[in-house]
Amino acid sequence: MHEDVIFALASGAGRAAVAVLRLSGRNTGAVVEVLAGRLPPPRHASLRRLRHGGELLDRALVLWFPGPASYTGEDSAELHLHGGPAILAGVAEALVAAGARPAEPGEFTRRAFLNGKLDLTAAEGIADLIAAETAGQRRQALRQAGGALASLYGDWTMRLTALLARQEAFIEFEEEDLPADLDDAVATAAAALRAEIAGHLADGGRGERLREGLHIAILGAPNAGKSSLLNALVGREAAIVSARAGTTRDVVEARLDLGGVPVTLADTAGLRDATDEIEVEGIRRARRRAEEADLLLLLFAADREPDAETLAWRRPEALVVLSKSDLGAALPGLGGLPVSARTGEGLPALRARLEAEALARAGATGETLLTRPRHRAALQDALAWLDTLPTAALPELRAEALRAALRAIGRITGRVGVEAVLDVVFGEFCIGK
Amino acid sequence: MFDTTCDVVVIGGGHAGCEAAAAAARCGAHTLLLTHRLETIGEMSCNPAIGGIGKGHLVREIDALDGLMARAADAAGIHFKLLNRSKGPAVRGPRAQADRRLYREAMQALLHATLGLDLLAEAAEDLLFDPAGRIIGVVTAAGRRIGAAAVVITTGTFLRGEIHIGERRIPAGRVDEAPSVGLADSLSRLGLPLARLKTGTPPRLDGRSIDWAGLEAELGDDPPEPLSWLTERIANRQVACAITATTPATHALIRANLHRSAVYGGRIAGTGPRYCPSIEDKVVRFAERQRHQIFLEPEGLEDDTVYPNGISTSLPEEIQAALIASIPGLERARIRRPGYAIEYDFVDPRSLLPTLELRTTPGLFLAGQINGTTGYEEAAAQGLMAGLNAACRAGGTDPDRILTRGEAYTGVLIDDLVLQGVTEPYRMLTARSEYRLALRADNAGLRLTDRGLAWGCVGADRAAQHARFKAAVADALARARSDGRTPAQYAAAGVAVNQDGRWRSALEVLALPALSPTDAERLFPWLPDLPPKVRAELEAQALYAPYLERQSAELRILEREEKLPIPSALDFTEVAGLSAEMRQRLATSRPATLGSAGRVPGITPAALAALAVHLRRAEVRFT
Ligand SMILES: Nc1nc2c(ncn2[C@@H]2O[C@H](COP(=O)(O)OP(=O)(O)O)[C@@H](O)[C@H]2O)c(=O)[nH]1
Ligand SMILES: [Mg+2]
Repeated sequence: MHEDVIFALASGAGRAAVAVLRLSGRNTGAVVEVLAGRLPPPRHASLRRLRHGGELLDRALVLWFPGPASYTGEDSAELHLHGGPAILAGVAEALVAAGARPAEPGEFTRRAFLNGKLDLTAAEGIADLIAAETAGQRRQALRQAGGALASLYGDWTMRLTALLARQEAFIEFEEEDLPADLDDAVATAAAALRAEIAGHLADGGRGERLREGLHIAILGAPNAGKSSLLNALVGREAAIVSARAGTTRDVVEARLDLGGVPVTLADTAGLRDATDEIEVEGIRRARRRAEEADLLLLLFAADREPDAETLAWRRPEALVVLSKSDLGAALPGLGGLPVSARTGEGLPALRARLEAEALARAGATGETLLTRPRHRAALQDALAWLDTLPTAALPELRAEALRAALRAIGRITGRVGVEAVLDVVFGEFCIGK
Repeated sequence: MFDTTCDVVVIGGGHAGCEAAAAAARCGAHTLLLTHRLETIGEMSCNPAIGGIGKGHLVREIDALDGLMARAADAAGIHFKLLNRSKGPAVRGPRAQADRRLYREAMQALLHATLGLDLLAEAAEDLLFDPAGRIIGVVTAAGRRIGAAAVVITTGTFLRGEIHIGERRIPAGRVDEAPSVGLADSLSRLGLPLARLKTGTPPRLDGRSIDWAGLEAELGDDPPEPLSWLTERIANRQVACAITATTPATHALIRANLHRSAVYGGRIAGTGPRYCPSIEDKVVRFAERQRHQIFLEPEGLEDDTVYPNGISTSLPEEIQAALIASIPGLERARIRRPGYAIEYDFVDPRSLLPTLELRTTPGLFLAGQINGTTGYEEAAAQGLMAGLNAACRAGGTDPDRILTRGEAYTGVLIDDLVLQGVTEPYRMLTARSEYRLALRADNAGLRLTDRGLAWGCVGADRAAQHARFKAAVADALARARSDGRTPAQYAAAGVAVNQDGRWRSALEVLALPALSPTDAERLFPWLPDLPPKVRAELEAQALYAPYLERQSAELRILEREEKLPIPSALDFTEVAGLSAEMRQRLATSRPATLGSAGRVPGITPAALAALAVHLRRAEVRFT
């Protein structure tokens, strides 16, 4: 158990009816007693007066969680205070005076991990849970925090270990008359495992995309109505709209929840041969954003001839939108969804279409999905090693491939290379979690 | 105070003791080998064979450090075989069956020829310590007080040894040998953690009573491949073994009498080896098997005793007789000496430093079976390392002689022992090395002889031979790297390589399955001129290089953790986030680095992370 007592605000920052302070560490009981007098019975909410130097700070609900049956595995407590910056500041000061210190980012979860309460993938799940913006992200993070990924990778590890053991027996005991088909059995089982890992990897990045959010970029000629469409979709004036061509120069982003998938919608500078130095840079950024996007919206205004610049961006992951549909009819041969930012015509259909596209690309299938590039890299490594099995001419080379695959998966859970993954995993927590 | 003094005293003349004594003496320490009978020095108490898969690797490593075992086995070998020949060079294990008497004689001759080594036929009775607890000498059964700067104990299974044959029990070290009592008492006064193990042997048969004609003969390699790289050729006449197997009748007999086996009758508590189980074990654990193979191995050229490898047993003598008679070819075979199980105490090797010195008793080393291992080779490798370190202690300031896991199976062996402890008799397996492809039996010299030279334990003959071989390999490698062909040229020669226009060196293509040896020799006419060992080395490097390269990033991570030291004074209770169980496991094994902490059994990733965090904090604080 950690000696020092840490504390942090566990509820959101800002004015609220109740603010929850969380404490953890070996001396938590003593620290709480300094402020609140007698400790309440374990896991019962009791109303206590909090005092500092004789002065009454607040009347608060105090909860006491003796370790190891606590989130961090250490002695912990929660103080449910009345919201308000002054109370919070006063209690924090009193806690410091009693020997506690503010927590570093991620320190609670880190302690829970170090005390064996969580494995690495579960800890990552908790980081995601805290950061989740949409219902889809929350469900995925919850599954991972609950150990779904850990058990999937644990299962693969077990099966690889069993395969390796058989391969090793074949190497080690020449004199024992082992069944002749031993190697074949290993090969078959390894191929099955390989297919499962490959399937997990071939999720089209759904889990990672759900975790990180989907990127959609709006492209089109100047004045095609891009900024207007962005504003209409997010329901607020995020981008400046004007009849002057070349108004939008940098990339303007807005967040959107599409069926539980978090989406970043990017409005960009209109595509044209520009001479203005700033506009040229804007167009360069527009192109780059378009390259990186998961989905493109290509806008063609109904009252104009389609421009060649935008036409050139037509591709499978691009959706053609006919903007300003109040001004004209569909352009022959171009197809596309007619939408008017002005009248609202076609907006529900576009939204539905975007939602379908988002769900097709990210998240929520109910399966346990890969959520992090760190996991993907390790699994790809494991897969690459398993791929060498069929052509490995000697049993010790096959064993080596199995060992390397095992080590690669071991990196995900921290069995291997623990030192290296610590920062990656705990660097991304925000304070108090 | 002392009747005589020397630098190092080695107690015990078994395989560990011989190597320990010779190694200490080679390093210039004045060394005394104490054993109760000089004639039994180098005795092979179990099966008369040296080497095998994993074990052969150890033998070659001992040889690379100029140890004795390989040379003695070559002088005594009567049947040589390279095991796993159908597999790659990394897992091939050289093995020799030896003439028991010739082996003893060869070992004794090698010891007699070792400068600075004296042999004394007296049992050690007690150990002497200074007030600080450091060892200062031994007292023999004859009352002689011998002063020494370091003492190596290699007394095998003598601690509370008990032999079981069916219901009979005989207290003993080995059959015909009195257990040593005084030394056991003085060791127990040290309060070392002890635990119990068991191992067994098969009955010995009268070779004249075996129906050889009806059995399949098993021939050794021709020509035999010596174990030592100093041995030019094997001079002994070579003999054949024979193969037979147990029958359903054998199995029925064993099942019916299991309650009378010492092991299964509940009279033995110690844990037995999984890797060389008794025939009772095999019949129970592999109930579906109809037969278990038995090798009939002659014990010597002049000795017609036969060792039936594969049926160690602790059944009563009369059942052993019936058991033997149920085996084809052995129907009329006479048992010369019954098989037996031996149960004995060993010292938990986690009480040792990586030098094999007791953590609590400076200057006192343990090596061999007393540390929970089984096998001559495992004992000898420990003996060698303990001898080197004992000589260091005597010499004063030299740094510890330690081989890492990446360097040698010997390093794997000792690291496993001192970190993980032992739950069954420890036997070397190639699977125990995470660097298996790099640690071949046939590159032991390239891996270790330079270390041995720096340590001062390698003599002039081997030094010269090693220098020649190393230079020849370097030449061949340079040639194989600089000579090569374009894909078009390979295709013209009928060798399929990727037609990507990339020039490929001989080294790159040598291991391709598409390149037959004849094609290789046609393309690279200098190949057949290479000495066979040099060519084998070249081919092995070509074969494994792609794997070793692919792993190098991975292994660098491991190495980094391997190099993150855990201060020897670290109090694990100070490491935040370690559960009581983890703390205890770490405190028992006392890993020296973060990497080795990861090998302590039962340590969780979370515990490793806690340790890593702590070490990193400490690092920040001190730098
Ligand atoms: N009639 C009509 N005008 C629109 C519509 N959308 C945008 N506009 C007008 O078109 C001009 C350019 O719009 P803006 O969104 O700034 O285009 P952008 O340059 O593509 O970002 C502005 O004057 C808008 O008011 C629409 O749906 N119908
Ligand atoms: Mg705009």
